[in-house]
Amino acid sequence: MNWTLILIQVVKVIAVFAVLLTCCAWMTWLERKLVARIQTRLGPMNTGYQGLLQPIADMFKLIFKEDITPGHVDKWIYNLAPLAAFIPATLSIAVVPFGDSITLFGERIDLVISNLNVGILYVLAVTSLGVYALIMAGWSSNSKYSLLGGLRSAAQMISYEIGMGLAIVVVVLMSGTLNLVEIVDKQSSVLDWFVFKNPVAFVIYFICAIAETNRNPFDLPEAESELVAGYNTEYSSMKFGMFFVGEYANMITVGAIATTLFFGGWHGPILPPIVWFAIKVAVFEVFFIWMRGTLPRLRYDQLMAFGWKILLPLAVLNVLVTAFFKL
Amino acid sequence: MFEFLKRTFIAIPIGFYTTLKNMLRKPVTFQYPKEKVPMYPRYRGLHFLERYEDGSERCVCCGLCAAACPSDAIYMEPEETENDERKARVYEINELRCIFCGFCEEACPEEAIFLGKEYEFSDDDRGKMIYTKDDLLVKWPREKPSHIKFIREKRRPYLK
Repeated sequence: MNWTLILIQVVKVIAVFAVLLTCCAWMTWLERKLVARIQTRLGPMNTGYQGLLQPIADMFKLIFKEDITPGHVDKWIYNLAPLAAFIPATLSIAVVPFGDSITLFGERIDLVISNLNVGILYVLAVTSLGVYALIMAGWSSNSKYSLLGGLRSAAQMISYEIGMGLAIVVVVLMSGTLNLVEIVDKQSSVLDWFVFKNPVAFVIYFICAIAETNRNPFDLPEAESELVAGYNTEYSSMKFGMFFVGEYANMITVGAIATTLFFGGWHGPILPPIVWFAIKVAVFEVFFIWMRGTLPRLRYDQLMAFGWKILLPLAVLNVLVTAFFKL
Repeated sequence: MFEFLKRTFIAIPIGFYTTLKNMLRKPVTFQYPKEKVPMYPRYRGLHFLERYEDGSERCVCCGLCAAACPSDAIYMEPEETENDERKARVYEINELRCIFCGFCEEACPEEAIFLGKEYEFSDDDRGKMIYTKDDLLVKWPREKPSHIKFIREKRRPYLK
């Protein structure tokens, strides 16, 4: 047992977790600000400069709110669901490489928490765990809106996960490895980015990823106008906050994985790798928010038809064509 | 199929372009207590009683404004000054009853009562909403220039 290695690992985990959570908090600020600007409003302005302290105020508000457990809920599952939403969302960042290896105090440190050789499979497995949280929340709440939201999310995630998996298969075919670090290494120059080699796969992955994170225009599980708040209708206080943080963590994770798979990860000229990685992820997050401000929500049957009749055949065709040219 | 392609590859980029355009526009929000919307010239807010250039009151307590008032918000009692002139001893406007129609201003033969631009005079006490003569008369010496000329020209051009 090498104690320095363990220490390094612990420090890495804590650092990445802290950065992820901080980013989640300020993502809410960014989202409110950008959506406000899209609607030519100002957004939060009164907490700090340009409302920059708004996430802290929100956090305190959520913590000090009364934590209500309604009498009609299934308590165990009801209390477990927010954790089940939050933890998988933060887990999948573990295999994403966010920089080249650096040398510190004579130790070589890879800037990735876990250099897993089945990284992509891990990502797929962990992200699909998220759906359980929503079903648990929807079912245990014993409320029609929650149940409908939970069921919708289950159907939606299952439908879109197939498309996502097939889009990722294309990347695996092109790179010949399941290891995210090696996939990034395969895209060291801009022309090697998989988004240019196979844009269709990227588009499919991106659409499915939005559906996975329950963001607009695929936010049917929490469609305010139909389902009150969907699966988290019965939640209050920090339990609701957990769902919220989980959703934002999911967005960041999806952005990070899209960067890793299609946009060359941390590769880029001049600036240090971590900065490049941050820039690319930030672009994705801004696009997510921009999309939320632009596109209306899909109807449920449209969502299903789009997933099964268009995305899935397209993804299969894409895999076949890529495999053919690979041969 | 053609419809679908049109929706996907034309309509969606147009939508994104529209939101981008709006994102770059200046927000229309006013941060109200900090910055105020400039009032229009003919805006009718809190009343004030005008004075002559020597500081004496214009109001002679004729009661025409009270007669013109559709909501019966004005109450006055006259008195005589030492040089046999008539002026108001009591002059009260109930700002809770007032509908800010401006009839008092139009009825006034002495150009004494006007509706100003002040609109931040809400209170949680009904008693404080009855404005007495002391509240309504413009401060003397004046703090702000008289805008009686402006009102003559802009608000009551038909009197010329």
